[in-house]
Amino acid sequence: MLSISNLRAEVDGNEILKGLSLEVPSGEVHAIMGPNGAGKSTLSYVLTGREGYEVTGGTATLDGEDLLALDPAERAAKGVFLSFQYPLEIPGVPALTFIRTAMNAQRKARGEPEVSAPEFLKLAKATAAALKIEFDMLKRALNVGFSGGEKKRMEIFQMAMLSPRFLILDETDSGLDIDALRIVSDGVNAMRSPDRSMLVITHYQRLLDYIKPDRVHVLSAGRIVASGGPELALELEREGYDKYARAA
Amino acid sequence: MSIASALKARDPAQLPSKRDEDWRWTDLRGLLRVLPPPAGPVDLAGLGTGPFDALATQTHILAGGREAVEIVVPAQGEATLALRVVSRGEAALSTRASVRVGRGAKLRLFESYEGDAGAYVTHVGLEIVLEEGAALERIVLAADGDDGVLVSQAQVALGARAEYGQTVVTSGARRQRLETAVDHPGADAKVRLDGAYLLAGKRHADLTTVVRHLGVDGTTSQLAKGVVRDQARAIFQGRIVVEEGADRTDARMGHHALILSDQAEVDARPELLIHADDVQCAHGNTIGRLDEEALFYMRQRGLPEAAARGLLIEAFVGEVADRMWNEAAREPIRAWLAERLAG
Repeated sequence: MLSISNLRAEVDGNEILKGLSLEVPSGEVHAIMGPNGAGKSTLSYVLTGREGYEVTGGTATLDGEDLLALDPAERAAKGVFLSFQYPLEIPGVPALTFIRTAMNAQRKARGEPEVSAPEFLKLAKATAAALKIEFDMLKRALNVGFSGGEKKRMEIFQMAMLSPRFLILDETDSGLDIDALRIVSDGVNAMRSPDRSMLVITHYQRLLDYIKPDRVHVLSAGRIVASGGPELALELEREGYDKYARAA
Repeated sequence: MSIASALKARDPAQLPSKRDEDWRWTDLRGLLRVLPPPAGPVDLAGLGTGPFDALATQTHILAGGREAVEIVVPAQGEATLALRVVSRGEAALSTRASVRVGRGAKLRLFESYEGDAGAYVTHVGLEIVLEEGAALERIVLAADGDDGVLVSQAQVALGARAEYGQTVVTSGARRQRLETAVDHPGADAKVRLDGAYLLAGKRHADLTTVVRHLGVDGTTSQLAKGVVRDQARAIFQGRIVVEEGADRTDARMGHHALILSDQAEVDARPELLIHADDVQCAHGNTIGRLDEEALFYMRQRGLPEAAARGLLIEAFVGEVADRMWNEAAREPIRAWLAERLAG
């Protein structure tokens, strides 16, 4: 379970998260919706430990363990995975090499043995097939020259390969056409499991037609200002964020 | 050559200085107020193996007491040779090598500059001739000591349809210049002039190349990449001259550097001097830092920071090794680069 309590964080001296509290129990999928500038991406970066996002108060724990005390790689090894809104290009490093290096670094941090080459290849082939990714694409430098949709698919591919416990999807639907959206959503839904939780960050309701959340939270001006069931997303789609912006 | 004669006469006044335009970033006269005595004979039996002995069928050595080497590959012949230049102690070493690759012949030449911890001053003058249709791939690994000074100057002449490929890999020296001048006849001859430098501490490396396109239908492709940290300094001077009438020349030059500390420095001067009309020429030059956003992305996937930096840097310079024609030589070069990056 992810548990965030009264979290405050600033960027360049500006307070963006102003006492945010949230719990995502294991096995559940929660959506965070909110207007631009509400602090959605900041939340994802604070949870993953990006430099420049300074925590000034509150706590964030995963299964009771303090996330905020760990560096980004340690958090990843604990099972935190962020699917980036804008995945980065890694020139000169083939996707497969990158993912195997990441997987082995995580395993090492957890005191587990390295993945064997045949075992890794078998897993990569099966995962690529499920996400309709051409295997040859995995031999190319990660994300270099990939389209927006291909990059998002590579994020889900990495997520499936690394099998994290806590997933953050930051605006995963942006840049996806309807076919790609379906493939990506199927990939995410296949990862639902009783010991895994997910936080789906999105501006629009569209993604939630495909990835059905258990709970929906409205983030406005750095705080959760409303929570409810899936029907809350539909209400936001109809009525917009105005009333919550005022409430904040 | 002025450096060779300066060493022979022990006369620093004959050395190039920053007042010479092409040497302004690699000042020798200002550095060497006194020149060391000539190197005495080196005990060849005590040298141990060179980095490329396993790849070559024969190894030539340039060292104190052995200052000249002549390599000839007869027409239609084929050879894989190593050339070791060994610098030892506080001594001046002036050496010459002549390499002639006959008509239609093929040579792979693995050159290594091997210096110890001494304050040596070594000069290597190479004259390389490729006759019509000949091919030479020259791979140079410069592993000098912290206090050594090395200047290597190669003069290359090509016949029609000759192919000359060069990859220079260096970790620098107290002061070091690796220079190549190519007279390119056009005539479907091909030139590849690549380099990689990985500099730390107070090391200095200067990659200088001049290619003169003298006739129609010539190709030149150049890629130099490097990484500097600490207070190291790298120089890249690449000049491509396309003479009048050298039409349909295709020349491409790229130099890309990463600076990993505030006190490190890279000076680059890419020059295309074009006196012909119908040519395709391009150059690109970038000097920057590691992409912090890419680093965070890699760390988010579980790579510790040092591993993420190492992987990005290795991939950055690894592109130079990928362009080598001889696949067997890529692995030792990659391994050498990786070892320098780890250190």
